[in-house]
Amino acid sequence: MHNLKKTGLSNSLRRNLLKGMMALPAAMLVSQLSFAAAPSTAEVNTTGLAVTDDTVKVGILHSVTGTMAISETGSVQAEMLAIEQINAMGGVLGRQIEYIQEDGASDWPTFAEKSKKLLVKDKTAAVFGCWTSASRKAVLPVFEQYNGMLYYPTFYEGLEQSPNVIYTGQEATQQIIAGIDWVTDTKDAKSFFLLGSDYIWPRTSNKIARKHIEKLGLKVVGEEYYPLGHTSFNSVINKIKLKKPDVIYAIVVGGSNVAFYKQLKAAGIDMNKEKPLVLTISVTEDEILGIGGENIQGAYAAMKYFQSLTNQNNEEFVAAFKKRWGDDIVIGDVTQAAYLGPWLWKAAVEKAGSFDIDKVRAASPNLELTTAPEGYVKVHENHHLWSKTRIGHAQADGQYNIVYETADLIEPNPFPKGYQ
Amino acid sequence: MFADYTSSELTAIFAMQGFAGLILFSVFVLMALGLAIIFGQMGVINMAHGEFMILGAYITYLTSQLFSNYLPGLFDGYFFVAMLLAFIVTAALGALVEWAMIRHLYKRPLDTLLATWGLSLILQQLYRTVFGAREVGVSLPDWLMGSYAITDIIEVPINGIFVMALTIMITIGVYLLMQKSRLGKQTRAVVQNRAMAGAVGINTEKVDRYTFALGCGIAGIAGSAFTMVGSTGPTAGQLYIVDTFLVVVFGGASSLLGTVASAFTISQAQSTMEFFLSGSMAKVLTLLTVVGILMLRPQGLFSLKVRR
Repeated sequence: MHNLKKTGLSNSLRRNLLKGMMALPAAMLVSQLSFAAAPSTAEVNTTGLAVTDDTVKVGILHSVTGTMAISETGSVQAEMLAIEQINAMGGVLGRQIEYIQEDGASDWPTFAEKSKKLLVKDKTAAVFGCWTSASRKAVLPVFEQYNGMLYYPTFYEGLEQSPNVIYTGQEATQQIIAGIDWVTDTKDAKSFFLLGSDYIWPRTSNKIARKHIEKLGLKVVGEEYYPLGHTSFNSVINKIKLKKPDVIYAIVVGGSNVAFYKQLKAAGIDMNKEKPLVLTISVTEDEILGIGGENIQGAYAAMKYFQSLTNQNNEEFVAAFKKRWGDDIVIGDVTQAAYLGPWLWKAAVEKAGSFDIDKVRAASPNLELTTAPEGYVKVHENHHLWSKTRIGHAQADGQYNIVYETADLIEPNPFPKGYQ
Repeated sequence: MFADYTSSELTAIFAMQGFAGLILFSVFVLMALGLAIIFGQMGVINMAHGEFMILGAYITYLTSQLFSNYLPGLFDGYFFVAMLLAFIVTAALGALVEWAMIRHLYKRPLDTLLATWGLSLILQQLYRTVFGAREVGVSLPDWLMGSYAITDIIEVPINGIFVMALTIMITIGVYLLMQKSRLGKQTRAVVQNRAMAGAVGINTEKVDRYTFALGCGIAGIAGSAFTMVGSTGPTAGQLYIVDTFLVVVFGGASSLLGTVASAFTISQAQSTMEFFLSGSMAKVLTLLTVVGILMLRPQGLFSLKVRR
C-alpha cells in the first residue's frame, strides 16, 4: 500500500507498475486502485469547490504580459506540464485537472483581482502562481479571506508564513547561508562587497548575508544598491576595484544583470580568477540567456536547483520539458519550484482524501516528494520546503556546473532571529 | 566621506569617476540626440524613442546571429555593419511612421504624445511576438570586451572608449548636417517659420519626414551601441526614456548644444555622487537638482531665442 501514498511522475509510476506487474499480485492491486472508480464528489468536496465527478478546477496566475512576463513564462510552462503529466496518469482522486489561466499583467492590484475571481467565481481547488513578493503580498489577504490555497514558486526574502500558502522556493536563509559558508570554507574568502537592486528582496537578503558574514568574524567592505533597471555600473565597479574584496556578492535583478556582468567583464575583472570571485543568488539559467554565457562565465550561483543536476528525476523532467516546450529552452530554479506546486497539491489531496482546503492544509506538513527534479523534498510545518542548496559554476554555454551541494536538507527558517 | 581614502587613492577615484562620467555622458548624448532633433526641431514628443532604440538593438542581435552562422570569419567587424543596418531600418520605420501618423498631428502637438505612446506599446508587443518575452543575448567580438590599463587601479573599458568615439562622430555629424547642409538649413528655416519656408519653395513635408527619420535613425545607432552595456528585451526601451527626457528638457528642448551640455552636467554629477553616496541616493539628488534648476529656468539650461 506504500505505493499508493507516493506521488510520482508518469514515468516513474509506469516504471513502478511495470516492476510490480512482473513480480507481485499486490502491485496489480495497486494499479487497480489507482485507476479504480473515483470516490463520490459529496465525499471529497464538502465546501462547494469546482469539483465534478470527472474534473477538478485549479488556477494558474502569472504575468504573461508586462515587464514580469520575461520571468514568469517559465513558471507557467512548468505548471502546465505538471498538470498534463498528472492528468496523463489518471488525475487527482480520479478527476482530470482543468486549469483556468489568468494574467496578472505585472500589476499587483490585477493579481489581487484575478485571485479573487479564481477563488470566488471559479471556486478553484488550488492556485499556482505569483512571482514577485509584491504580487504575493497583494493576493495574500484574498487567499486568507476566501480560504484558498496558493502554491508560490519563487525564492524570496522570508519573513512570512501563511496558512493559505505553500512556498515551494527557498526562503532567504536557506539560500544565503550555505553559499557564504561555502566561499569562506573552500575559497578562503575574508572580505565581501554586497551589491543589489534597490527593493525589499535584495536588501533583506543582504541584511541576512551581512549578519552571517560578521558572525563568522569576516568583513563587509561595501554595500550598494541601484534602482531597478539601472544600466551603468562603472562607479560601483571602480569602488570594488579600490576595496579589493575577495567576494563580490551580487543580487542585481532583471535587465540590470545584463549591464552589470558585461561592464564587470569590460572593466577587466576576470571572473575565472578566484579573486575577486562573484557569488550571486539572482542569476538563473534564464537570465544568462540575456547576459550571454561568455560574459558571466566563472561566476558562482547559490540556489537549490540547476538544469545540469544529474539524477534520474531531473533527466526525465528536463527531457519532458523540452519535448513539450522546445529544445532551445532553459530551465531555472524557479521553473523547477513551480513544477513542484501541482505535484505537492496532488500529494496533499490524496493524503487528505479530499479537496477541501482545510483538509489539504492539514495534510501538507511533513508531506514528502521523492520524485522532485531537485531530489527529495519535504514540507515543513511552516509551509516552506526542506531543501538542499547547491553551488553552480557558470559556463560559457549558459549552464551551471554544480561544484557543491549541502549534505543534508536545510530546515526552512522564514523568521531568522533578529529580523522580525 | 573622503577620510576613508589616501590621497593617491582619491586622485585615482576622481580620474576613474571622471572617466565613468564621460562614458555615461556619451550614453546620455546618444540617447538624447535623436529625441532632441525630433522634439526640438519639429515639436513632436516621441514617446516611442526607447522602442526605436531597442529596434536598433534587435537588429544588432540579428546581424550578430547572421555573422556567427554564415560569416564567422568576419565576426570581428560585424558591429559596424550592424550599426549601419540599425540606422537604415530605424530611419525607414521613422519615415513610415511620420507618413502614416505624425504628419496628421502637427497642428496638435500634445496628441503626438499620446499617439507615439500607443506606437511604443504596439512596438513592444511586436518585439514580444517576434523575439519572445525573454531578453536576447547579443554576443560581441572579443576586441570590444577588453580593457586598457593605465595604472594599477585605473583601467578603462574599450567599449566605453568606443561609445565615446561614436558619440563624438555622430554629434559632429549632426552638427554639420544641421549647420552646413541644405537639409539642415531647410530644417532650421521650417522650424523658424513654416509658412515662409514653404513660400520660398522649401518642400516642408519632405523636410519633416527626413528630420523625423534622422532622429529615429540616431536612436537606432544608439540602441546598437547599448547592446554592449545594456539589456535587449521588449520593454528595455522604457528604462532609457526617463533619462532621455531628463537630458533633453534640462538642456533646453530646441538646442542641440544644450542637450550636450546638460548630458555632461548630469552625468558628471551622477557619477561623482554615485561613488561617495549610494547609487539610489545619487539618482534622487540628481533628480532634485534638475527639478530645482528647472523651477528657476523653465526653458532649460540653454534655449534659442525664437520669435513667436
